[in-house]
Amino acid sequence: MAKHHIAFTVNGDPVEVLCETQQTLLDVLRDELELTGTKEGCGTGDCGACSVVVDGRLICSCLMLGVEANGKSVETIEGMGRGEELHPLQRKFLEHAALQCGICTPGFLVAAKALLDRNPNPTETEVRYWLAGNLCRCTGYDKIVRAVMDAAAEMRRA
Amino acid sequence: MRYEAPETLEAAIALLRSESGEARVLAGGTDLLVQLKTDLIEPQLVVDIKKIRELREVRREAEGYRIGAAVTGAELKEHPELKAVWPGVIEAANLIGSTQIQGRATLGGNLCNGSPAADSVPALIAAGATVTVAGPNGRRNVPVEDIVLGPRKLSIARDEIVVSFLLPPRPPRAADAYLRFIPRTEMDIAVVGAGVNLTLGEDGRVTAARVGLGAVAARPLLVPAAAEALIGSALEEAALAKFEEAVRAACHPIDDKRGTREFRIKVAGVMARRAAQKAYERARSR
Amino acid sequence: MQERVQNAEAAEFKVIGTRPIRPDGVDKVTGRARFGADYNLPGQLIGKVLRSPHPHARIKRIDTSKAEKLPGVKAIVTSADFPDQPSEFVPAGELLINYRDLVRNIMAREKVLYEGHAVAAVAATSASIAKQALKLIEVEYEVLPHVIDVDEAMRPDAPLLHEDMITAGVDPAPNTPSNIAKRVEFGRGDVAKGFAEADVIIEREFKTKPVHQGYIEPHACLANVSEDGQAELWVTTQGQWVVRAHCARLLGWDVSKIRVTATEIGGGFGGKTVVYLEPVALALAAKAKRPVKMVMTRDEVFRATGPTSGASMKVKIGAKRDGRITAAEALLKYQAGAFQGSPIGPGAMSAFAPYDLENVRTVGYDVVTNRPKVAAYRAPGAPISEFAVESVIDEVAKAIGMDPIDFRLKNAAKEGTRAAYGPKFGPIGLIECLEAAKAHPHWSAPLGPNQGRGAASGFWFNVGGETTVQLQLNEDGTFNLVAGTPDIGGLRASLCMMAAEELGIEPSRIRALIGDTASLGYNFLTGGSRSTFSGGMAVVEAARQVIAQACARAAKLWELPVDAVTFEDGKVKPAGDNAGKHEPLGFADLGRLAGKTGGPIVGNASITAHGAAPSFGVHIADVEVDPETGRISVLRYTAIQDAGRAIHPSYVEGQYQGGAAQGIGWALNEEYIYGEDGRLQNASFLDYRMPVASDLPMIDTVIIEVPNPRHPYGVRGVGETPIVPPLAAIANAVENATGLRFTELPMSPPRVLAAIEAARARGDKNLKV
Repeated sequence: MAKHHIAFTVNGDPVEVLCETQQTLLDVLRDELELTGTKEGCGTGDCGACSVVVDGRLICSCLMLGVEANGKSVETIEGMGRGEELHPLQRKFLEHAALQCGICTPGFLVAAKALLDRNPNPTETEVRYWLAGNLCRCTGYDKIVRAVMDAAAEMRRA
Repeated sequence: MRYEAPETLEAAIALLRSESGEARVLAGGTDLLVQLKTDLIEPQLVVDIKKIRELREVRREAEGYRIGAAVTGAELKEHPELKAVWPGVIEAANLIGSTQIQGRATLGGNLCNGSPAADSVPALIAAGATVTVAGPNGRRNVPVEDIVLGPRKLSIARDEIVVSFLLPPRPPRAADAYLRFIPRTEMDIAVVGAGVNLTLGEDGRVTAARVGLGAVAARPLLVPAAAEALIGSALEEAALAKFEEAVRAACHPIDDKRGTREFRIKVAGVMARRAAQKAYERARSR
Repeated sequence: MQERVQNAEAAEFKVIGTRPIRPDGVDKVTGRARFGADYNLPGQLIGKVLRSPHPHARIKRIDTSKAEKLPGVKAIVTSADFPDQPSEFVPAGELLINYRDLVRNIMAREKVLYEGHAVAAVAATSASIAKQALKLIEVEYEVLPHVIDVDEAMRPDAPLLHEDMITAGVDPAPNTPSNIAKRVEFGRGDVAKGFAEADVIIEREFKTKPVHQGYIEPHACLANVSEDGQAELWVTTQGQWVVRAHCARLLGWDVSKIRVTATEIGGGFGGKTVVYLEPVALALAAKAKRPVKMVMTRDEVFRATGPTSGASMKVKIGAKRDGRITAAEALLKYQAGAFQGSPIGPGAMSAFAPYDLENVRTVGYDVVTNRPKVAAYRAPGAPISEFAVESVIDEVAKAIGMDPIDFRLKNAAKEGTRAAYGPKFGPIGLIECLEAAKAHPHWSAPLGPNQGRGAASGFWFNVGGETTVQLQLNEDGTFNLVAGTPDIGGLRASLCMMAAEELGIEPSRIRALIGDTASLGYNFLTGGSRSTFSGGMAVVEAARQVIAQACARAAKLWELPVDAVTFEDGKVKPAGDNAGKHEPLGFADLGRLAGKTGGPIVGNASITAHGAAPSFGVHIADVEVDPETGRISVLRYTAIQDAGRAIHPSYVEGQYQGGAAQGIGWALNEEYIYGEDGRLQNASFLDYRMPVASDLPMIDTVIIEVPNPRHPYGVRGVGETPIVPPLAAIANAVENATGLRFTELPMSPPRVLAAIEAARARGDKNLKV
C-alpha cells in the first residue's frame, strides 16, 4: 500500500512527510516529525492531550488523519514560545504551579491560547467550559483556571 | 485502506458506487476515527467530502437556511445569524463533545453515524429540518426523522451522500431549544436529549409545535403526541403534565452503561419540559 | 482562596515556604519534557500484547507459528519465556506483591483470570504488522464461569480462581480452598461492652466500585538488550529500582545487567509502582536483538492495569449522648482482582485512625475476583474504609444532636493517643484541622434550596524508606543534586529548596535531576507520600556533609583546626579568636579550589528514612441536588490538611486540590461497569467519567503546620491524605441536602433519583427535596 505524500506547515515551517492512510495527524507529528510535545492520552478524542490548532481551529489531532493535513497550517506546543520568550500562558502556568506531572500541559496551553485568541476576556465559567475537553488528573483544575485568567489579564494590559 | 478527497459530489458518489469493499464517508472524523482506532470498522476506502464546496457552505435561501453537511459545529456557532434564528439547533450542535470536537464535528456526520443519542438530531427534527440526499439517481429531500432507522442503520443507500440540511423559514414568535441530560457537565454522550420548537400566536398560546427526542429509543424520534399536548396552551401545569406524559409514553429506551430504562423515561419528561419552557420564553421575547 | 496557618513556633526560613518556579517547569510548558512514549531508538520494533477476551478460562493451547511467519515479525513471547516463580511476598509501594502471582499477571500461564489478561506479545517492524500478527496467534480457551462481585466471590459455591488458595489469617485454617486470600484484624478493648454502654448505635452497610487511578499518560517503555545481555529500559514509572528488581527476577537476569531510566511520568498515583509491559518488552528485545517500544492504548490501561478495590463493608459505631464514642466496629471486604493483594491491611488500619477509641475492632478480607489485579491508588484502601466510617460518624452526630465537627473534636486523636491500628501518635494536626474547618467562612456560609454541606476527616500514615541522594559541588559554585524518586508533582523544586536552605544559597544555583538505577544506590519508589519527606531528609544530610567537607577544606587552606571555622549564610569563615583573619569562602571559591584541597566535594546520603508522620485532613463540601434528575453539582470545596511544614506551598496546595478532585470523581461518577459476560463496558475516558474542568469549582485550601519533630524541617508527607475525606464529605453533603443517606458509590444520577423517588413514594419524613 503506497504512502501518501503530504506537505503542510508546522509552526510556520514547511514540512513534507510520507504517511499511511490510517496514521492520524497525531501519529505524523510524533512519529514522523518527532515533535513529541503533543501527547496521546486516549486516542479517541476524550482527553485533549493531543490538542493542536489546524488552520486556526482547535482540534484533537488524534481525530484527524495525517493525510487530511495536506496544505494546512498546524500549530503545536513547540511553536508557542517565541524563541527566548515564553508565551504569557506558559509563564503564568509556571507562576501559578498549574502543572504537576505536566502530561496534560501542552494540550491545555494550546487550548487556552485558542480561547484567548478568540475571547480575550473570558469569565471563569467560560474558561472551564472551553477547557472541558482537556482532562487533568493531578491539579483539580483550580490553578490552571487561575493561570489562564491571569494570563488573559496580562495580555489585555499589553 | 485508501483515502480519496474528491472535489465534486459526482466524483464522491462514483467512488462510493464503484467500491466493492467497505467504504466510509469522512466529514469531521470524530466518530469515524474513533471506530477505526478501536477496530470496530476496517473500511477499504475512506471518501473525504470536505473539498466539495456545496457541503461546506451556509446559505440563506428563500426557503430558509441551507447548511452544508460538512460545516463544523464551531463554524455554525460563529455564523452571525443562525444562533439568533435557531438557538436550539445551534446549542444542540455545540453540545457535541468538547471544544476540540466542535472544531471538526458536522451535522452530516452526527446524523449519519446513526446513533440514537446524537445531540443535533432531536433539535433538527424539532426544527422540521429536511436533508438533501444525493446519489447516482439524482437528489431527493428527506425529513431528518426519516434518515436513521436504528443504531448505525440509515435509510440512505451506501452510494448516497447527505449534502445539506434545510432549516425552514421562521414565522414570527417562533423559537426552539435543546436540552440534554448528562451525568457530568460536559463530554458525555446524551443520556436523554430533547428538542422543542414552538410557534406562538399573538395571544401567547402555542399554535404549532414539534418535539424531537434522542437516546430514548433505537432511533431519534419525532413525537407528534407531545407536540399535540401543547397546542393551544400557554404551557400551563396541566398542559405540561400531559406533555410530559406523552413524552414518556414515546420512550422505548434500553439499559446501558449510560442510563437505565426507568431513569431515561423519567428524565426524558423532565428535560423535554424544561426545553419546552425555554423555547416558550424565547418565543415570547421575540 | 489559599491559606496557610503556621505553628506558633515556626522558624524563620529563607527559602522554605517560598514559591520559586520549579526547575523542570520550562521543559514541561514547552513540550520539551520527555515522557514514556517520547523515547525512540533507531531500528526499534513496536511491541503489542494479545489479551484474553474471557474473564476466566483455562489456556489449553497457544500456537504462535502463523504469527512468526508474518514478514516483519521479529519476536514473540508467551509465558514459556518467563521462568515460573515460587511464592514470595515483596514490598511494592505500600502493598505487597507475590512473584508467583506477578509472573502470571504479566503473562498468563495456566489460566486467564480477567478480560484483558496478557497471553502473548509480539515485536514487529510496525504497529500495524504487530496488530496483524496478534490476529494470527491461535489460543484455545476452555471458558470457565467467572465472578466479579466481592460478596459473590466469597460464597462457598463461587467459581474458584486459584485452586490452592487457603485463607490466611484464620485459625484453624480452612480445609477447602476459596477466593478469600486472607483475613486481617486490628483493634483493642471490648466492643461488645462498649456497645452495651452506648446510648445511640448506628450500623450501616456500604458498597463501593473499583475506580482507576486515571493517569492521563498510558504505560509506556522502551527496551534495548545487547547480545551480551546488557539491558537498558526507559520507562514511565514511580520507581526505577523496583522495576529493575522485578524485571531481573522475572527474567532471571543479574540486577546489574539492567539499567532503568525513569522518564518524566504523566501521573501514577500508585498505578505505576508495578510492572506490566516492562519485563515483556525486555524479553522481546532480548529475543529480537533490536530495541522494542511498547505503549498501552487507553483501552488496555482500563482493561489490564490495576484499579483499586471495590468493596462491601459494614460499620457500626456507638456513642453516649455526651458525644463520646464507646465502641466502633467495621467489617471490610475488598476485592483484590485476579491475584491477592488488595489494600485491605492499610484500609483496615486507617478506618478509625482519626479517633481516640477504647473499644475498636476492624476485620478485613482480601478476596480475589475475575478483574485486573488491583494496584495501589493514593492512600490505598483508606478512602474506601474512611468513606464508610465518616458517613456513620455523621449519622451518630445527627442522632445525638451534635454538630458533626464538634462530635469529631470530642473524639479526635491527638498526640499520645493510641491509634486504633496500634502505635501511639506523636504530634499530629487533626484537632487543628477540625478547628480550622469550624472557623472557616465556608462552614457558616448560607445555603440555598436543594443545597447541602458535609465535612469529613481523613488520614494517611505516610512512609519513609530507602533513599539515596548525591549532592555535587561544581567548579563554579553551582550544585547538581541527583535524587532517585521520580518527580510526580514538584519534588525537584522542593529538594532544591531544602538543599538551598541548608547551604545558604539561592535555589536557582542547584539543578536537580532524577538519576537512573546505575547512578545511585537503591531508592524505594515514589509513593507513600515519601518523596519530599525522605528525599528531603537525605538531601539535608547530603548538604550537611557538603558543609562539613567545605569547612574541612577551608580549615586546611587556612591551616586552622576544623573546629576553628564556622559556616554561615553560605560561606565558611574563621570563628572565634581567628575571626576576621581570612576572607570568607563561598561555594564558588570552594568549588574552584576543590581539586587542590583534596578532590571534588560531594555529599552522599544513603538512608532508610524513619520518622514519617501521619497527615490528617478535613474537607468541607457544598453540593446542590437536582431532585428531578438526581444530578449532583459541587458548588464549593475546601481542603484543610496538616503538612507539618510546607516546603513549597503551591505544590502542597496542588496535592490537596488534586486529591480532592479524584475523591469527588470517586464519589459521584467513576466506576467500572461490567456486563454479565464479565467484560468491561466503559474502557474509555468517554464512559469512565472523571471530573472535567466545568464539573468543579475552585478548590480552596488551608495548609496547617504542626511540624513533624522527626524531620529536619518538620515535613509530613501530604500526597495521599487529600483523596481520603472527599467521598464522605460529598455523601454527608448530599445527606444534608436531601435528607437521604447514600451508602453506595458512586452517587450517580440514576441512583440518586431512584432513592429520591422511593423516599417520596413511601412518604419518608426525612426527605428534604
